[in-house]
Amino acid sequence: MASTRWPPGDDVIEIVRGPEPGGAGGAYRAFGETLRGLKTTFSRLLEGPRTRQYPEDKVPVYPRFRGRHKLHRFEDTGLEKCVGCSLCAAACPADCIRVVAAENTPDNRVSAGERYAAVYEINMSRCIFCGYCEVACPFDAITMGHDYELSDYNRDDLIFTKEMLLAEPLERTPLRAPGE
Amino acid sequence: MSVLAAVDYYEPWWIQIVKSLAIFAVVFGIVPLLTVLERKLIGRFQQRYGPNRVGPFGLMQPLADIVKLATKEQSRPTTSIGLLFALAPVISIITAVAALAIVPFGGVQDIFGTPVGLYGIDVGIGPLYLFAFGAVAFYGFMLGGWASGSKYSFLGAMRAAAQLISYEVAMGLSLLGVVFTAGTLSLVGIVEAQREMWFVVPQVVGFIVFLCSAFAETNRTPFDLPEAESELVQGYQTEYGGARFASFMLAEYLNITVLSGIAVTMFLGGWLLPFGIHPPGWVDPLVVLAKILIFICLFIWVRATVPRLRYDQLMSFGWKVLLPLATLNALVTAIVVVLA
Repeated sequence: MASTRWPPGDDVIEIVRGPEPGGAGGAYRAFGETLRGLKTTFSRLLEGPRTRQYPEDKVPVYPRFRGRHKLHRFEDTGLEKCVGCSLCAAACPADCIRVVAAENTPDNRVSAGERYAAVYEINMSRCIFCGYCEVACPFDAITMGHDYELSDYNRDDLIFTKEMLLAEPLERTPLRAPGE
Repeated sequence: MSVLAAVDYYEPWWIQIVKSLAIFAVVFGIVPLLTVLERKLIGRFQQRYGPNRVGPFGLMQPLADIVKLATKEQSRPTTSIGLLFALAPVISIITAVAALAIVPFGGVQDIFGTPVGLYGIDVGIGPLYLFAFGAVAFYGFMLGGWASGSKYSFLGAMRAAAQLISYEVAMGLSLLGVVFTAGTLSLVGIVEAQREMWFVVPQVVGFIVFLCSAFAETNRTPFDLPEAESELVQGYQTEYGGARFASFMLAEYLNITVLSGIAVTMFLGGWLLPFGIHPPGWVDPLVVLAKILIFICLFIWVRATVPRLRYDQLMSFGWKVLLPLATLNALVTAIVVVLA
């Protein structure tokens, strides 16, 4: 609510208006301003383009960038970290993760725990890349990667299977160096 | 003196045909390059690259554009008037090409023993010819906009009409000073009269007025009201597509080339170089083309800088600023010419 006090105190700022438009003076000022604008655009020309030539020159992402998911294995044993607990699927707000668990047997040992994920699918066309799956996972089996080039011609191709998520992405996205 | 009598009598008829074909071919080769030049330059002014994917440096972009436009389906609204709708782009192109004929690319040269004027025709009424075809070109916009049977097109056509009457008088008067000083209406004669000094120096006011009117004549920013994209979709071109739209675009770029050529001829010394440099005759057309190109870059520079004027701003600018300036310039020039 503006103050209705009158006369106004010192806190009221006087409005500075430009000169009246039109007339010979207006035309003169418009001409001058046009020249100033021409100078501005020309200096932009001299500075050179600032755009990135995208497919050839990819912008590096930050380490915390949430891109395509990755499933992980233990580096020493090669066993999958995922134990098929479906906590990621429960946490997923977009409901795009499907996990079907199966028991590990001594002659078919896939994961380190009792059970493993027989089916692990993420529907990338539904995923909102919120990272809740990563937070929910008790074994750090799923993390968000750095890859964002996920377009495809077919919706079915956007359902990523366990093998695709375990494998390294075909094209690596550059990571921002510290301080960059 | 009729127009035909002013056509150079010393040239055999086949030379007239050959040189008109040559000018036509050269300029039609340049126009597609202009479109890519414009897009690339605008890109640079906005700190981006512009088209650079089709061919080396994006130079094949106009080819892709033309193929795309030419293979598109011709369609028109059911409310349109077929004959006029089809006729409008034709009028635009024909008038632009006709105006191109008077741009001189050089003086009379001796080519294999035959004297050849390096211009389409050297008419005795020079600028009047230009204005005549400029006014007829306006029928292209007007008929196109009206015959489309669309509100946007119609508004664009009305704006074109309002714009035409606001700047064309000033444009004519701005060239009067040059004509007074040169003492001739022949464009070749006007260039020859600039041996001592380009007319841009004594006629700087006329040059600026002509420049502003030229932006209006070619429907370019800041005076692109007839095709204001943000308000009128594409103005009188709204309902056009495919090859007809391409014809309108071609006519627009041809008009830019022609007006740059006229500006170069009237104010920037045509094929003459400053500081008494006299290159051999075959360089003349290249000099003119280079000057035209620089002038077109100025067009593009202004387009990248100045936003579109409002409708009433253009009218008041044309009537209250350009017209008095041009009249004063013509008056002062006339007095100086008579006294000197």
